[in-house]
Amino acid sequence: MLEYARWKYILVGVVLAVALLFALPNLFGDDFAIQIARKDHNAIDAPQLASIETTLKQAGVAFTRVELDNGNVIVRFADNDAQLKGRDVVKDEKTGLNKTYVNAMMYASRAPRWIQALGLRAMPLGLDLRGGLYLLFQVDVDGAVAKLLSTYDQDLRRALETEKIPFTDITSLQEDSDIPNGLRVLLPAGTDLGAVRAAIKKVQPDLGCRDAAVAQGAAVDCVMSKQQVRERRDFAITSNITTLRNRVNALGVSEPIVQRQGLDRINVQLPGVQNSAEVKSTLGKVATLEYRLEDPRPMPANGRAPPGAKIYMHKDGYPVMLKRAIIATGDQMINATSSSGQQGPAVSVTLNSAAGEEMLKTTKANLGKRMGVVFIEQRREVTEVDGKKVERDVKEEKVISLATLQGVFATRFETTGLSMNEARELALLLRGGALAAPISIANERVIGPQLGKANIEKGVKALIIGMAALFLFMILYYQVFGVVADLVLLANVILLGALLSMLHVALSLPGIAGIILTVGMAVDANVLIYERIREELRNGVSPQASIKAGFEKAFSAILDSNVTTFIAGVVLFVFGTGAIKGFAIVLSIGILTSMFTALMGSRALLTLMFGGKRKITKLAIG
Amino acid sequence: MATRRVWYTLSAVLMIGSFVSFIMIGLNFAIDFTGGISVEVAFPQDASIEKTRSAFEAAGYHEPQVKAFGSTRDVSISLKTTGESAEVLRPKFEKILASVDPQARISDLAVVGPQVGDELRNSAIKSLAVTLVLIALYIILRFHTWRLSLGAILAVMHDPILVLGVFSFTQTPFDLSVVAAILAVIGYSLNDTVIVFDRIRERFEHNRRQASDITLDQAINQTLSRTIMTKVVTSIVVVALLLLGGPALRGFSEALLIGIVAGTYSSIYISSAIALSCGLKAEHLFPPERKDPIDELP
Repeated sequence: MLEYARWKYILVGVVLAVALLFALPNLFGDDFAIQIARKDHNAIDAPQLASIETTLKQAGVAFTRVELDNGNVIVRFADNDAQLKGRDVVKDEKTGLNKTYVNAMMYASRAPRWIQALGLRAMPLGLDLRGGLYLLFQVDVDGAVAKLLSTYDQDLRRALETEKIPFTDITSLQEDSDIPNGLRVLLPAGTDLGAVRAAIKKVQPDLGCRDAAVAQGAAVDCVMSKQQVRERRDFAITSNITTLRNRVNALGVSEPIVQRQGLDRINVQLPGVQNSAEVKSTLGKVATLEYRLEDPRPMPANGRAPPGAKIYMHKDGYPVMLKRAIIATGDQMINATSSSGQQGPAVSVTLNSAAGEEMLKTTKANLGKRMGVVFIEQRREVTEVDGKKVERDVKEEKVISLATLQGVFATRFETTGLSMNEARELALLLRGGALAAPISIANERVIGPQLGKANIEKGVKALIIGMAALFLFMILYYQVFGVVADLVLLANVILLGALLSMLHVALSLPGIAGIILTVGMAVDANVLIYERIREELRNGVSPQASIKAGFEKAFSAILDSNVTTFIAGVVLFVFGTGAIKGFAIVLSIGILTSMFTALMGSRALLTLMFGGKRKITKLAIG
Repeated sequence: MATRRVWYTLSAVLMIGSFVSFIMIGLNFAIDFTGGISVEVAFPQDASIEKTRSAFEAAGYHEPQVKAFGSTRDVSISLKTTGESAEVLRPKFEKILASVDPQARISDLAVVGPQVGDELRNSAIKSLAVTLVLIALYIILRFHTWRLSLGAILAVMHDPILVLGVFSFTQTPFDLSVVAAILAVIGYSLNDTVIVFDRIRERFEHNRRQASDITLDQAINQTLSRTIMTKVVTSIVVVALLLLGGPALRGFSEALLIGIVAGTYSSIYISSAIALSCGLKAEHLFPPERKDPIDELP
């Protein structure tokens, strides 16, 4: 008798219902839109909404709908051009909107509200389907290591001078590494090497040093471990990623992607952006930090700083007056990390010895006073004046931290009294300011929105027509069982779509190709089962027993045949980049979903149709 | 199995042909791998390839490759790298194109640094090698005799080599998506071989005394309808992709189609035949049974 456990029916039912729900948002598509918010974070009310609408209309912006959403305004447009125009109107000084409001470009889903309220999202579309700007930044990670070595070089010289140990020279050293990773301190013969090592240990305890044999005189080798070199390279990448991410977010672009690619690259994808010059000037900003003492004088009423002081804005929005004298700068910083110690969350900062000395002097004399960190970003802006292009440097400064000096310290210190999030954010900002390595653009690609639209239309058309042809073929060949197979394949596509939406994997053209291919390959499992059933029937086995045997005997073949494609998918995922990675994800997930639907879904359906105590004499299996 | 010499010869000819084409002509690497500039332009009406080419040549670009891309209105232009960035190049290109047709519009502009291209090529080769090694390992673990493993591995190598041969012979642009297709083909074409080998084992289990070549023929014939069905169905969707997916997916779908056809052929005609030529017998799959001593008593 053909039976299927009740829990398996329930499992298949629940999985499909959930999948349907998660795949649903993809059906509605989205609009080009801008989101407008008040600068003071207050909610926008109906009269303000009306005035925004009027301003947009007067400026001749063709929008399709304006709506209020959680105190923000969402303006929808028919195309990318209208969206860009709308954004410019809100940013424009002439309309006056820029004083009160900020805006960001976004894609507003057309899905009904209840779907959005459940937090369900459609798959984001990749650049080849959306149009936009792709930039691949090359990070000079070896430069970051070299910079750290030169800091060590200065520190060692200073330490030896302080301890009054005469030395001949300090040269760079390349030991068991593809780049210089150490320093050799050359000393006159007869120097007390123990004292040299002790002096170095005092300023740079992390640097492993040992005595070395040289032809003339004596020497001490200090080499960064492989781990330290790797950490430095990673530091260069992660601090750059953070900085780029902050700047990308400031651009107000919807669904931006900033991610590490390989060992030393950062991949930035900005959907909908067409003007690369503007973006690159913002992303290519140079950031630095300055440590300064707070000026104890009262804040002048007219807002003009007295001599020797400068007024900055704190990032939380209040003014701070700092002394002009700089204690330390960002390029003297070696590391900044957030941690949660005994006194709660903290940011620990490591400076080089020159800055440490200055810090020691300052903290000794100013215990109990406050010290601020100024974050400075500089970028080159090209503006047109009287028809001529003029380049000018734009400087943005803000205070990111203001803390009371609780003790005397030099190269290492901690900032406490922060929440975990604040500590993490401050550490990231500090590292961004230290920006350990210069970046350059290795690849770039601008894809027009029309091309993206054409690509997605072609992909979807190929998917629909390919599936229709396949469905027809299956019905013609396997009759009723063909219909079952088609339903199972459809369930497979829905399940795959749901998983991709859940994982929020960006869908690209190769990704669509992957879905199509998965459908084609998923048929295999069904064919294996049906061919087995037909074989059993030919051998004179009863219909119900044939179905049972078909599933049981085909199982090992299905499992086996999918393993190899899965291996290829995983390798592609590991070695592939960008769109190819998307294809690999689709391929691998598709194998899992097709096995689930073919083995469990199809069995549940067939048992429902032919199972139980029914008398079945013939199966319509072609 | 009796005709296997014919198929060996055919495969040998195809393989040698592929190698010769691969070495003599070489692949037409896309800018993914070589680095360079690629521009896609949409013209309002049918584009003049010749005019576009001469306009770029006149502007001082060496050997611009101008081709129709998908439709007669879309043109793709490949240029050697100039070291300039996209925002410098874009106005220059717009000016050149305006002289061809004032309404021409750049729909895609990509600048790939040469270093990135080199690295992508390395990672592509690495991923091909790793996939082949992993799959070979899987095969060795999966089948208990080297005769079947060798058959499967040779059949698997057969397919990507043929794809590379065809791509070099037709000079179809070889980009990253083609590498992805080849990897998918390697995994997918092995499916059939695994299924056939499974059946061989089953047949041997059924009747150990039967001559090996008859058993292998039986196994292939019994799985034949499944093999053909699956491949026909997969080919249907790949053909849809080839015809409707647009130029960006052409190389990808072509590689898949060639690979699927080659994979079907190699798993029917090559993999089992090699195992047989290596002397595959039932006892290679099952250790000889040790009979209970009591049974041997008179």
